[in-house]
Amino acid sequence: MKKRFSFTKIYTALVFAFLYIPIFVLIANSFNASKSRTVWTGFTLDWYSKLIHNETILSSLLNTLIVALAASVAATILGTAAAIGIYNMRTLSRRIVMNVSNLPLLNPEIVTGVSLMLLFKFMQMEFGYVTLILAHVSFCVPYVILNVMPKLRQMDRNLCEAAQDLGCNQWQVFRKVVIPEILPGIITGFLMSVTYSIDDFVISYFTYGATSQTLSITIYSMTRRKVSPEVNALSAIIFVVVLAVLLVVNIADIRRHKKEVRR
Amino acid sequence: MKKLTLFCSLLLLLALLVSPAAALESGYEIDYSDSVDWNRFRGQNVTLNVYNWGEYISVDDGTEDAYDVNAEFERITGIQVVYSNFATNEELYAKLKMGGSQYDVVIPSDYMVSRMISEGMLRPLNFDNIPNFARIDEQFRTSEYDPTGAYSVPYFWGLVGIIYNTTLVDEDDDVFTWDILWNEKYANNILMFSNSRDTIGIALKRLGYSYNTTDEREIREAASSLIEQKPIVQAYVMDEIFDKMIGGEAALAPYYAGDAIVMMNDNPDLGFAVPREGTNIFVDAACIPADAKNPEAAELYINFLCETLVAKRNAEYVGYATPQAEAFTYLDEETQNSVTYPDADVIAAGEAYIALPQATTTLLDSLWTEILSTGEASPWITPIFMGGCITASVGINVYKYKKKMRG
Repeated sequence: MKKRFSFTKIYTALVFAFLYIPIFVLIANSFNASKSRTVWTGFTLDWYSKLIHNETILSSLLNTLIVALAASVAATILGTAAAIGIYNMRTLSRRIVMNVSNLPLLNPEIVTGVSLMLLFKFMQMEFGYVTLILAHVSFCVPYVILNVMPKLRQMDRNLCEAAQDLGCNQWQVFRKVVIPEILPGIITGFLMSVTYSIDDFVISYFTYGATSQTLSITIYSMTRRKVSPEVNALSAIIFVVVLAVLLVVNIADIRRHKKEVRR
Repeated sequence: MKKLTLFCSLLLLLALLVSPAAALESGYEIDYSDSVDWNRFRGQNVTLNVYNWGEYISVDDGTEDAYDVNAEFERITGIQVVYSNFATNEELYAKLKMGGSQYDVVIPSDYMVSRMISEGMLRPLNFDNIPNFARIDEQFRTSEYDPTGAYSVPYFWGLVGIIYNTTLVDEDDDVFTWDILWNEKYANNILMFSNSRDTIGIALKRLGYSYNTTDEREIREAASSLIEQKPIVQAYVMDEIFDKMIGGEAALAPYYAGDAIVMMNDNPDLGFAVPREGTNIFVDAACIPADAKNPEAAELYINFLCETLVAKRNAEYVGYATPQAEAFTYLDEETQNSVTYPDADVIAAGEAYIALPQATTTLLDSLWTEILSTGEASPWITPIFMGGCITASVGINVYKYKKKMRG
């Protein structure tokens, strides 16, 4: 039994190593004095100080964040409303609509990107923030629906009727009963949208304009010369920030859980 | 009271307009020229969209004497610059062709300039607004890619050569020829470009043909020589060349002179040779798209790029060769004599790419795919592997079924 336990441990360690070694190599390289990715010539914080001054990288980071937030907020509102609507449909039409709304998830990104580009072109829109945000909203909405739907199914339908019996009007039912019940789903949907939006390269590539270059495109454009180590520094910072956010959220969760158990 | 405010604001506006000289002080070793009125657009809320290659302009990198070209342009003209980047000429072409992208200044390479001219995608420049064009070296003022010279202003130029590691390459071997990339002595130590035009181009040059040949026989001959060469090629790469050459993982690689200097700084064992059969000379030139919103402000920007101070700073930061003659004289001697600025006869032997007809491009691409796919693992491996997988999954299911029946 003990032998098997250690095998599990080794296996887990290998999986985690596979996942995290690339990130640690990148972080280590962000401190490498040389521009090279293979030769270590000494420790430096230069890339971090250069990063702070690099207008191109920082403005594209800002673009990425603006687009991610705007698109996610819009997608969350749209997706939640859609999920509630779909939930209240009859079974057959619900199934059809759910399948249609899931299609974009399976669609190759490049197809989505090209078709959005053609659509915007057809509508004579200028490529920029608006097209980029619309494109991101379009691929984030299905994720929100996907996350909100199970929460709606878990919800006890009688709760709404009970609230109405006790004198709530439709709006109050929605605000005081439905929303709190499905809130975890909404939040997960929002966070997933933010993640996918920041992550996205292919769709952004086809829909960005002169004023709205995102970080992924800026990094891609460096490949003719050489991706500068400032990008390593930025990636290291992003990784640490995400790690910190995750830790804080999880610790808060554990505390809340303990409190509930005590009660 | 209202009148007074109006009067005051008018006065302020006037003061802004008549004090252009104040904004010109650069505080650098060379001053900006007063060739044009830099303040023409001040206070008009003009935004200029510039589309350039990545890492291809001097930016503030946090060092003490850093120079940020776009910030300086904004400071002396009051025009806001929105700067974005592309990675390939084809990407730039697609963005412009699509329309609706609103770029005011773009910087394509030579052959793409000629293609865009022939498709009416560029706007003729008004050289009255670009007096600094006179500071461009004479040999770059006329070109094959822009025969009338009406559409483009050279920004950087460069050439391809062979980067070699002196500790790995025999002294007696001649590196000044493309032939060395076919030398079996360096099996598994040779890197090649990972794109069709550059690689097949090298093979064409080695056989004594033109980079721009449309003769199918010549192109096929070049491609078959590349298939012969493939077994001794370590990898087809682009910017990984930096790491591999600096780390001493390969002995020979063709690449751009400006980047060779970066590698030679990190690894003093490296050398750079320009083959005598001739090589590719490229020019990246600033142009204005036909549908630009602010062509005049764009001309002001192009004129700014040709300022001696700006061109010098750009050349120092980017490392490629500047076509601006005055800026060249301000560079330090070591740079002037480096491989970035080769002798006139090397340049004369060089050849620029021109836009190829569609049929030739298609042929290049299909031959390139052929080159990449030959000699790969046996074509039977995939079907055998798939067959194995199917047998295994069927076997497992049969086994489970039998077990179930028994149990």
